Amino acid sequence: MARATFKIWRGDGSGGAFQDYTTEVSEGMVVLDAVHRIQAESANDLAVRWNCKAGKCGSCSAEVNGQPRLMCMTRLADLPLDRPVTVEPMQAFPVIRDLVTDVAWNFAGKKTIRKFKPRPPDAADGTWRVAQEDVDRVQEFRKCIECFLCQDVCHVLREHHLHDAFVGPRLLVYSAALEMHPLDVEDRLGDLKREHGIGYCNITKCCTKVCPENITITDNAIIPLKERVVDEFFDPLRRLFRVFRK
Amino acid sequence: MIASSIGEERRYEYDVLVIGAGGAGLRAAIAASATGAKVGVVCKSLLGKAHTVMAEGGIAAALANVDDRDGWQVHFADTLRGGQYLNNPHMAEIHAQEAPARVRELEAWGALFDRTADGRILQRNFGGHRYPRLAHVGDRTGLEMIRTLQDHGIHQGIEFHMECTVALLLKDGLRVTGAFGYERERGRFLVFSAGAVVLATGGIGRAFEVTSNSWEYTGDGHALAYEAGAELMDMEFVQFHPTGMVWPPSVHGLLVTEGVRGEGGVLRNREGRRFMFDDIPELYKNQTADNEEEGWRYCQGDKTARRPPELLTRDHVARCIVREIKEGRGSAHGGVLLDISWIRSRIPNAEVHIKKKLPSMYHQFKELAGIDITKEPMEVGPTTHYMMGGVRVDAWTQMSSVSGLFAAGECAAGLHGANRLGGNSLSDLLVFGQRAGEHAAQFARGQGRSAPDPAQIDAAAERLLAPFARPAGEGPYAIQRELQVMMQSQVGIVRNGGEMSHALEALAAFRQRASRVAVYGHREYNPGWHTALDLENLLVVSEAITRAALERRESRGAQFREDFPDKDKALGQVNVVVQKGDDGEMRIARAPLVPMTEEQRRIVEEMK
Repeated sequence: MARATFKIWRGDGSGGAFQDYTTEVSEGMVVLDAVHRIQAESANDLAVRWNCKAGKCGSCSAEVNGQPRLMCMTRLADLPLDRPVTVEPMQAFPVIRDLVTDVAWNFAGKKTIRKFKPRPPDAADGTWRVAQEDVDRVQEFRKCIECFLCQDVCHVLREHHLHDAFVGPRLLVYSAALEMHPLDVEDRLGDLKREHGIGYCNITKCCTKVCPENITITDNAIIPLKERVVDEFFDPLRRLFRVFRK
Repeated sequence: MIASSIGEERRYEYDVLVIGAGGAGLRAAIAASATGAKVGVVCKSLLGKAHTVMAEGGIAAALANVDDRDGWQVHFADTLRGGQYLNNPHMAEIHAQEAPARVRELEAWGALFDRTADGRILQRNFGGHRYPRLAHVGDRTGLEMIRTLQDHGIHQGIEFHMECTVALLLKDGLRVTGAFGYERERGRFLVFSAGAVVLATGGIGRAFEVTSNSWEYTGDGHALAYEAGAELMDMEFVQFHPTGMVWPPSVHGLLVTEGVRGEGGVLRNREGRRFMFDDIPELYKNQTADNEEEGWRYCQGDKTARRPPELLTRDHVARCIVREIKEGRGSAHGGVLLDISWIRSRIPNAEVHIKKKLPSMYHQFKELAGIDITKEPMEVGPTTHYMMGGVRVDAWTQMSSVSGLFAAGECAAGLHGANRLGGNSLSDLLVFGQRAGEHAAQFARGQGRSAPDPAQIDAAAERLLAPFARPAGEGPYAIQRELQVMMQSQVGIVRNGGEMSHALEALAAFRQRASRVAVYGHREYNPGWHTALDLENLLVVSEAITRAALERRESRGAQFREDFPDKDKALGQVNVVVQKGDDGEMRIARAPLVPMTEEQRRIVEEMK
């Protein structure tokens, strides 16, 4: 069996450093397997967050060789093992310990988005009629596993730390899922413009590149939302209309 | 020196405390808060990561959108047949009656299911269900469900404690009045006072080596209830899902949805034979196709056709797979072949169809095994998937035998009997989560809050911290690993009395080792420490499974004993119940089945 070296960041909010660990690797292993093996063999207290190990829960987000990845879906066979594999926590969030970051900000942000509000039921029995194609349209957004890798890589958050002014790509995808939900009648455009800072996104598409669910975040979620916001608030006719309405 | 005296712990007070934030926990919390109760939820991981997320196939509910012959009576009878009539018939009835409303309610909260041509919720075929019954969205129904509950729940004034683990239920006399636990992030202790506690902690998969369950599923709720004096029931019935991945080793056990078979996927051995036709149980003979053509027509929605044998119940399919492997007809890596790609010969655009119907399976095999399921078969084998056994509860209120303690979802027993039908777990979570939450809130209204007992808290805190005080002991990972290997080989899919007696001796030795387990480092986000604490729960459930399986000297549902390969009439009339004795030893008893009402009996007869 081959051996490989992993440089894993160990530390907490006050600082830390990479430490080298060498372990055996075998066919089909993913980075999370290696981290677990190291944890069981030589670093019992190595902190790592994980659950399903199948790319479905979005818990094991980290940066592998500098790339934001789910550790459970990153196969060692796809990495050069002749040099150490670096594994470090997401950079856009405060470190709790080792590979674990404090992602509570994402959960708090979600609460600020107006919840789903359906139109009245279509049928007397309280149910709705929806076309499959209308379901399909928003499925792309609803398959998000909340791994927050898009948040991690977004420069508005990662470099400019505008966490107070901008909700980030994940929550824009969430807003898009609600705004484009075939039954939803709530209006979130004012919030998107003001509290949620959609204008900060300058469509560099970094988020789309790292999404493990291959959601076309920028093109399919953010840009259409931006267009709706522009139509609502910057269309001269609508502005005029609003003046008269007041 | 311990928690209560140094005042380092955080204290919370709720009307209802829900332990667990998967489908059952979230639904219970929403129901409790809807009554005006103050509700706290403890979740072992982050919100929305619980195992519900992994459910793929769908939610069973007799909406009758696809086949109008369906109705709650059929669903009820299917559930009992699947459970080999050890189910609590009242739970099966309530479940079948209320599941449709719970599914429609999810839609009103924003869930989007796949649709029929006329725009209603589409339903798919699944093992053991007579008609297409599973509301679904592709093969990620669990994600849709948990996200809907999560996104609805966060607006209901519920307080969530993410990444916290409960280690003890606090009692005042005979009543459960709260819980004691720790938070992962800082390792601080938490003390909850509550008028009622709902357990919704899920399963026990980590007691076995090959499992579809994540690290969380260490039987916490089962063990907490047991230690609090509650009865556990049906613990011998562990569901081994017939289709888990077997290769590569790192994904061994990862679930392959039954939906693959529902969409027409077939099982073959290395000789290419569809071996499921070789052994069709008597109970299902007149519902099962006896030729490949009829099976295919069924999967295409032909209402005159009978189900293909791949859609027999999970216990049976798992045993057939084990037989093929044991008799030398397995695949290269010790599984059998599951093939959906063959439908290319039957329908145009099969590749697109497979990717649309089974997107996450396509993704999973492509990314993790380098297999394109639209072109080649998958290698699959049984994996520990689900626990039918759990806390014995009242059918209507979900209260356990201990006052103030409720349980719902996988950690409760009764609905599924000896074997669960696919799709019945998600509906179980919704129906009984809702009931547990509502009744817990109602119970809490009638109770005063009692101050947590410092003696109980101190003892628990001491127990939790003990592994830090033994720097020279053995680490927790090796013990956990060896326990899993032992349980898999001695108390696995095929059981016998001799091996299980050895298992009991082995468990005693593991208990000794666990009592000397040592962890190093500090309390902040220390997985070694958490693994050490989870060991205690794993040992309780492992012992309960083994003792119950020894007691049931027959083969029925998920329990297969090679030393007693047939059903036993007397044992078909009882549930095995486990309880902690006054001397601290585990007690095993047989309890007569909950009798069916005349009406229920009539329905069962009619549907035979």
